[in-house]
Amino acid sequence: MSNTNTKDTSSLLTIKDLHASVEEKNILKGLNLDVKPGEVHAIMGPNGAGKSTMGYVLSGREGYSVEQGSALLNGVDILELEAEERARAGLFLAFQYPVEIPGVSNLEFLKAAVDAQREARGEEAVSSADFLKLAKAACKQVDLPLAFLKRGVNEGFSGGEKKRNEIMQMLLLQPKVCILDETDSGLDIDALQVVAEGVNSQRSSDRSFVVVTHYQRLLDYIKPDFVHVLADGKIVKSGDASLALELEAQGYAWLQPSDEEGQNA
Amino acid sequence: MSEWLNQAITQAQGVSDWLSPKRDLALSALADVRWPTRKTEAWKYTSLRPVEKFSKTAPAAFTSAATLTQIEGFECLDLTFENGQFVTDLSGLTLPEGLSIQLASQADAAKQADILAKFSSIKPERHVFGLLNDALVQDVLVIEVADNVSITPALRLTSILGLAAQAHTRVLVVLGEHAKLTVSEHYQGNEESLNTGFVEYEIGADARLEHYRFALQTGKAVSLGGSHFQLAERADLNSTLVGFGSDLSRVDVDMVHAGENAFAKMNAFYLLDGKELFDLHATVEHAVPHGTTEENIRIIAADQAKAVFNGRIHIHRDAQKTLAELNNRNLLMSNKAEINTKPELEIYADDVRCAHGATVAEIDKKALYYMQSRGVSRAKAQVMLNFGFINELIDQMPNQVLAEWLRPQMREKFSQMEVK
Repeated sequence: MSNTNTKDTSSLLTIKDLHASVEEKNILKGLNLDVKPGEVHAIMGPNGAGKSTMGYVLSGREGYSVEQGSALLNGVDILELEAEERARAGLFLAFQYPVEIPGVSNLEFLKAAVDAQREARGEEAVSSADFLKLAKAACKQVDLPLAFLKRGVNEGFSGGEKKRNEIMQMLLLQPKVCILDETDSGLDIDALQVVAEGVNSQRSSDRSFVVVTHYQRLLDYIKPDFVHVLADGKIVKSGDASLALELEAQGYAWLQPSDEEGQNA
Repeated sequence: MSEWLNQAITQAQGVSDWLSPKRDLALSALADVRWPTRKTEAWKYTSLRPVEKFSKTAPAAFTSAATLTQIEGFECLDLTFENGQFVTDLSGLTLPEGLSIQLASQADAAKQADILAKFSSIKPERHVFGLLNDALVQDVLVIEVADNVSITPALRLTSILGLAAQAHTRVLVVLGEHAKLTVSEHYQGNEESLNTGFVEYEIGADARLEHYRFALQTGKAVSLGGSHFQLAERADLNSTLVGFGSDLSRVDVDMVHAGENAFAKMNAFYLLDGKELFDLHATVEHAVPHGTTEENIRIIAADQAKAVFNGRIHIHRDAQKTLAELNNRNLLMSNKAEINTKPELEIYADDVRCAHGATVAEIDKKALYYMQSRGVSRAKAQVMLNFGFINELIDQMPNQVLAEWLRPQMREKFSQMEVK
């Protein structure tokens, strides 16, 4: 116990033997992941492996139940917390399909989120004028027109605009651990660069990223320290950036059959 | 019938002037009308007790806590009624070319005959309080836009009610072919009073009317009124109706597609608290082919408030290729609040596309989770989403200045509403 604790405090995110299900269907079947400050981990894997589920379970989406295991964020077990408390603890999930919220302006939403997180940290609220400046800067950084701050959250945004909006939120919220769930899907090469630059600008020694992706392409722009293959609810192989290239060339089939190997490392 | 009504009718019977032919028609129609009760379909959910009980004597002079609202940045010409009296000095207004505004009583005989022909030709006879307004109004404010003229400043029609007022206002708006105009109707006051306010709009071929009705009387102000529109070929109507609710607030809207290829859009939303009541009956008549109608109605009712919405779309046999959509979403914030909604599609043509729906909205769980995942508390997210439900229609108001004026008022009222 004491042994694991010392290890945990040096990690930003530690997932241990996580089992989770949706509508009584087991999706995660013993997921282990250890992310230290400053690291970028890529998670790749075939459809249905549980990649998105991992993000939803960690961020606290309703309907996802944890059967077993733990997830520590900065030493705090987040699985018992409400979704908003997890966010305030420093977790950020960039959604694969960001939600449209007509009637709630992007700016209002961003301010509510930043205010809530600052309040939770015991910091003073940012004035509306100052916040507007911050928001405008973030908006520019992800190459979205400023008019997008006034529009309803993601309302009528194209796929690429939604992804940029996710990154804009990340820039403003300054989370500790960012999970990017297929942030590259549906992006053209220009948008991909903008998104990757946004992410890279946030890389620092006290912030970590878990990048979930189908394609090696994103990893040309966001260089991972580790690449993991998630298949059938657990990590079946881990390696460095070269593993992604190998997967790109060979696909996942060669990893599938031997499901007793690798994950016990 | 109510005593109040009998008195009003007796009073009207003695008047003789240029309006007499229409007044007499209204009086004889009223004589045949049975006073609406809760058994009358059009008044099933709305009690007329506040009208029946009304016994205030009209005051000699106008006093009201309400004053003409300042709307920053709103470019408009003000046309104001205080306790039903038109108080704007028309001779003091500089009107753009092609716009004429006059009181019918001051028009020459030929013009009066013209006005008389249009008076109550758009507003259907079935509205009891419309008939009453026909019988009780002393004058008609007539606004006309010449063919091919776009009027830039909006016209703001304000009716302010003071304590004990009995006010009956009537406006006729005529847009010529290819004309453009924005009219914003404002009804204000919260003191014990009773008013009927009816406006008829004749929208010419290819003309465009941007219309607002802010039914913002609250408290004890009893208000029964209507906005009635007739659209010629390719006419375009964009209307926004906002209701706050009082002891009794009822608005009747009629949109008649009289010419082909006309387009009518109405967004209506009400925000009700306490024991407020707001009742909107909207009827669309597709009398000719190729008409399009879009209606969005959103209602939030809290505490013990009561909302009524009846949306009827009547597609006549010849009105082929009609496109009509009626969407009504409702949000109840307490167990004791009440929303009575009835969309009615009556279709006699076989080649039309129509849709209607009324739902009691639930909070979108995905949106809630998304907001929480950013650190916003569940409670705060719920409030934002609830307000967003109405705010979405504020966003759609074509006039951004009016939207920015309305939004904080709605937000303020909403912030005082509690989930129970």
